[in-house]
Amino acid sequence: MNAVEVNGLTKYYGEKKAILSLSFNVNDGELFGFIGPDGAGKTTLFRILTTLLLPNEGYARILGKDVIKDFKFLRNHIGYMPGRFSLYMDLTVEENLRFFASIFNTTIEENYHLIKDIYVQIEPFKKRRAGNLSGGMKQKLALSCALIHKPQLLVLDEPTTGVDAVSRREFWEMLQRLKEQGITIIVSTPYMDEAILCDRIALIQNGSLLDIDSPNDIVAKYKKRLLSVETSLKHLAIKSLENYEHKVSVYPFGDSIHYTDIRNNFETADIKDYLVSKGIVDCKVVEIEAGIEDVFMSLMKEREHEQ
Amino acid sequence: MNNNKKVIEVSGLTKRFGNFTAVDKINFDVYEGEIFGFLGANGAGKTTAMKMLTGLLSPTSGMALVAGFDVYKQSEQIKMNIGYMSQKFSLYEDLTVAENIQFYAGIYGLTDKQIKEKTDFLLHKLGLEDSRNELIKSLPLGWKQKLSFSVAIIHDPSIVFLDEPTGGVDPITRRQFWGLIYEAAENKRTIFVTTHYMDEAEYCDRISIMVDGRIEALDSPSKLKEQFNSKSMNEVFIQLARKNQNQFV
Repeated sequence: MNAVEVNGLTKYYGEKKAILSLSFNVNDGELFGFIGPDGAGKTTLFRILTTLLLPNEGYARILGKDVIKDFKFLRNHIGYMPGRFSLYMDLTVEENLRFFASIFNTTIEENYHLIKDIYVQIEPFKKRRAGNLSGGMKQKLALSCALIHKPQLLVLDEPTTGVDAVSRREFWEMLQRLKEQGITIIVSTPYMDEAILCDRIALIQNGSLLDIDSPNDIVAKYKKRLLSVETSLKHLAIKSLENYEHKVSVYPFGDSIHYTDIRNNFETADIKDYLVSKGIVDCKVVEIEAGIEDVFMSLMKEREHEQ
Repeated sequence: MNNNKKVIEVSGLTKRFGNFTAVDKINFDVYEGEIFGFLGANGAGKTTAMKMLTGLLSPTSGMALVAGFDVYKQSEQIKMNIGYMSQKFSLYEDLTVAENIQFYAGIYGLTDKQIKEKTDFLLHKLGLEDSRNELIKSLPLGWKQKLSFSVAIIHDPSIVFLDEPTGGVDPITRRQFWGLIYEAAENKRTIFVTTHYMDEAEYCDRISIMVDGRIEALDSPSKLKEQFNSKSMNEVFIQLARKNQNQFV
């Protein structure tokens, strides 16, 4: 069965289209990621899926139920962690958790096994007010509160935004363990490197999907030859490549530069020779496999040209 | 870089809140035209350190000079001589593009003539001439970020502090934004930047990594990778930040 079934879903704010005729399915037990920048439409989509916002067109069915007609049922079976921290700052850690348990007619004890892994890390501070927690601890409390009623579907809106690289990695490890317990998870993130941790991803930009597939298959569709250039004169190399007559794209990528060419028939040595002629003697040019971020930028450019 | 003029000098800088030491005797210098990356895990003390350097918070002990001014006694001069941009506080959504530029220029004491010139110059440079009278809230995020950066340096400060300037921005705009940073550094402006994107750490001339209130590593990205025997800055960061890791993180 599909945990989520979305067809032609559209939402306007006044004249502005926030999401535009989105269609996709999420399988039962899947860890599904929406990858895209701010303003892409991720939050609007998630608010419709969690029955908090009505769409203008199209429909969405969650766990076989309609998000508009069956909202009461769905609210009992969906766990939602909004992008903005929205627990009660004046309640303690334990009070927040008990509050969420009680409004869903359950207790902390009944579902403790679900949150144990996460909650033990903040349990030493259970008497502390939520407003006085660090960012990482708030995030763990919010996840515990979203899980305490044993939801079948967990919807997480940018849980790792503004979170450091170490805490981000830990958070994804927690998601993997929840997935193993059979919970379907939908998560959004602006960090492209988190895409590979999902079973399937949708790349989203300006309210539309650029692609939807497993991370490996998305990368496999990238047909251009991609070169990586490494040099100590990175800035000069970027400027030189920008002016190269055959270039399509030139992007800094950490300590290297990613380059694509308009030609298919060329040697890496051609690029190296060109750079050397511009005074960049110490450069290394190799052909590499594309990553999600390469694909995302390439698809973004294609869409811009189409419009 | 390539010059030894210090724009920031920090020695033994410390901030305690009650029994908690948020920043613990940190030392470093930042040079003119340098892109200095200031990294650390959440809660490591970055924000507290930045508040002291921008004149918003008085240190408990230690010394810091920013643009030649003392953080204890000359915090107002510091504020006039630095630029600051954060992801959270940038532009006024209900003012137009031109009004925002005029507002910031006015705050920093530019003359009417300078304000007019700067406004025209920036609108032209950013390709926003047609959007001059549009409200900021109608602009795409990427344009807002570029405009925020431009108004943060409208008074021509020798140093600009950027606090997670690219959070949530699409990957192409993120790279264009770094183009602006490079350009500013080439014009001898010093850039002090925080980010959670480890690929952006690689774009800095030097990086410091804070762990539990202290600076645990400070060098160029390539030297740090060598020192920690790592392929990427992400690995360096994870090694360091996990070093003192416990359940309180």
